[in-house]
Amino acid sequence: MLEIRDLRVAVDGKDILIGLDLHVAPGEVHAIMGPNGSGKSTLAHVLAGREGYEVTGGEILFEGHSLLDLEPEERACAGVFLAFQYPVEIPGVNNTYFLKAAVNAIRRHRGQSELDAMDFLTLVREKLGVLHLDESLLRRGVNVGFSGGEKKRNEIFQLALMEPKLAILDETDSGLDIDALKDVAHGVNALRSPERSTILVTHYQRLLDHIVPDRVHVLSGGRIAVSGGSELARELESRGYDWVREEAAAGA
Amino acid sequence: MDTPNAEVDALVRREYQHGFVTDLESDTVPPGLDEDVVRLISRKKGEPEFLVEWRLKAYRHWLTMAEPRWANVDHSPIDYNEISYYSAPKSKEDGPKSLDEVDPKLLETYEKLGIPLEERAALAGIAVDAVFDSVSVATTFKDKLAEQGIIFCAFSEAVREHPALVEQYLGTVVPYTDNFFAALNSAVFSDGSFCYIPKGVRCPMELSTYFRINAAKTGQFERTLVVADEGSYVSYLEGCTAPVRDENQLHAAVVELVALEGAEIKYSTVQNWYPGDENGVGGIYNFVTKRGDCRGDRSKISWTQVETGSAITWKYPSCILRGDHSVGAFYSVALSNLRQQADTGTKMIHLGRNTRSTIVSKGISAGRGQNSYRGLVQIGKGAENARNYTQCDSLLMGDRCGAHTFPYMEVRNPSANVEHEATTSKISDDQLFYCRQRGIGEEDAVSMIVNGFCKEVFRELPMEFAVEAQKLLEVSLEGAVG
Ligand SMILES: Nc1ncnc2c1ncn2[C@@H]1O[C@H](COP(=O)(O)OP(=O)(O)OP(=O)(O)O)[C@@H](O)[C@H]1O
Ligand SMILES: [Mg+2]
Repeated sequence: MLEIRDLRVAVDGKDILIGLDLHVAPGEVHAIMGPNGSGKSTLAHVLAGREGYEVTGGEILFEGHSLLDLEPEERACAGVFLAFQYPVEIPGVNNTYFLKAAVNAIRRHRGQSELDAMDFLTLVREKLGVLHLDESLLRRGVNVGFSGGEKKRNEIFQLALMEPKLAILDETDSGLDIDALKDVAHGVNALRSPERSTILVTHYQRLLDHIVPDRVHVLSGGRIAVSGGSELARELESRGYDWVREEAAAGA
Repeated sequence: MDTPNAEVDALVRREYQHGFVTDLESDTVPPGLDEDVVRLISRKKGEPEFLVEWRLKAYRHWLTMAEPRWANVDHSPIDYNEISYYSAPKSKEDGPKSLDEVDPKLLETYEKLGIPLEERAALAGIAVDAVFDSVSVATTFKDKLAEQGIIFCAFSEAVREHPALVEQYLGTVVPYTDNFFAALNSAVFSDGSFCYIPKGVRCPMELSTYFRINAAKTGQFERTLVVADEGSYVSYLEGCTAPVRDENQLHAAVVELVALEGAEIKYSTVQNWYPGDENGVGGIYNFVTKRGDCRGDRSKISWTQVETGSAITWKYPSCILRGDHSVGAFYSVALSNLRQQADTGTKMIHLGRNTRSTIVSKGISAGRGQNSYRGLVQIGKGAENARNYTQCDSLLMGDRCGAHTFPYMEVRNPSANVEHEATTSKISDDQLFYCRQRGIGEEDAVSMIVNGFCKEVFRELPMEFAVEAQKLLEVSLEGAVG
């Protein structure tokens, strides 16, 4: 599904990633953890095609094709979805209208017919239930005045509507109350299938209690410093990151 | 990363697709203005005595006035003696003979904007009357209006055919003493439109198509007068989303609306004149005086405008709420891109009792555009229970443009209720990236955001016009997305 080889990324001339390798097979869930500022969001943004990040080396293959040559909207249409750490507000643009435009853009790309208002509403109703998203949020501007938790729920709601092949969740669990965390986990788990993969960027074990990852990686020093099974996350929770840094330094 | 909004900047740095040069010969008097020129204009048009006298009084008054300097716009001085004040209506031989001779780029724009085929020829300057008359729809249209006693014709035709009506209403809303540009217009106005809706008649159609054709021929000093007699209704559409041929830099039009008891006038404008290039060279100066007089009780006037063109726009469609229970409204979208400057807004003058007014202004600034909202809400002593609601929003694209608001309020009656709300927002690279990450292309994302911002105004436009206006904004913001 996703194959990252020796990825090097600089921002403003500063090297953030210096040789990152990651392989995510179809159907797998990978968790990426790591200290603040280690480059987790950078990785997520580079995957989605955000401008301002300079890829100085390496490659990213998505289903065998290079992602780096594609515009952000082309990546989205190809099936890459990013749930943002900080979803942006778009005043005046009705949330439903926005969602419908997004779903139809992707359907067009897939050669499917566009959904009309009625079909779209049916789809929305079906997905709303899973996330316990307040229907009134759909009538408001995109993310406008949404609480932190509502924004995150809205991201996962979009994920559910778009059904991407690769979902990247950047700290979707941060700032969620317990119920919201469960709803989000439920939303993600509902999409789990042998054809879909997920990358979870998180700081906390508690999300991984609900979405059990196949692999856990620690990003530190610009590359994946340690990888392991789901038990690695628990170890990090009790021991912190210092030992990872030391081990990485010793290994280098 | 370079500037955070580099992407937005690139997107708005689009060139005006509609500009084109014309080289027409015309029957023109030498540049400069004096009483003889004023008399000559009047004589060439065969005007009655009262109008010559009125023009001369306006001219004499204009001489005593100075060009206004208070607007938040900046331009090199206009030399009024360099302007030629009379140019004969272009003869059909001068223009292109068929669509084959018209700049294909222009036709492409018409296509993009969805201008009906039969109108494209007229807009491109092809023998207008012939084309128009050949369209049977147009003939039926005229007959239908005449049946109900509605007069809708060129201003000069109205002067010939209905001089009494013209004399009764001309200058009663915008007197020639009103301001510098109104005085100049009164002295030298070329042509324009006249519309009279008789008592109790509801005009059965939007007065649009006809005017669109007219618009291609009207000169730089246009004069429009709309009179809605008691209990009548009219929706009037001025201008056109398509670029209209024009060689005159200065435009100083006057529009007067009169609504008698229980009458309603909806006046919608879409203006898309040449804005000038990236350095601000060559655009049109649009200095317009538009005012409506709610003369009778329970009368209503609403102005809706979408302004995307011109280098400089100076324009304040206003309502005088004279009648008791009269209602005024102003809905505006003004876009300034490149080096365009727009200083626009409205005046709501509450004189009658229980009068209401609504102002919704949406300013979009992109490139190096400067957008100012200037509004006056005046509540007179006798205006018991007057209410005003003003909402004034600005949208910025990139960080070299500006938005300014100048709300003025004068309340002389304590029972008044005046509300004002204002917001400023910005299209950021973050918003664009968010949309693109969801599969929505960049230009679609921009027009989605801009249309969302403008929707309260578009809602006020007649359906067809709203669709055109939306497309126009899209085209106006279309850019070199790299
Ligand atoms: N636009 C930018 N300009 C300058 N530096 C940047 C920019 N974006 C990211 N960085 C820097 O890159 C480094 C990695 O940032 P990133 O946001 O990827 O970290 P993170 O692992 O997601 O951290 P957190 O856990 O706090 O979310 C940080 O040092 C950050 O300051
Ligand atoms: Mg982060």
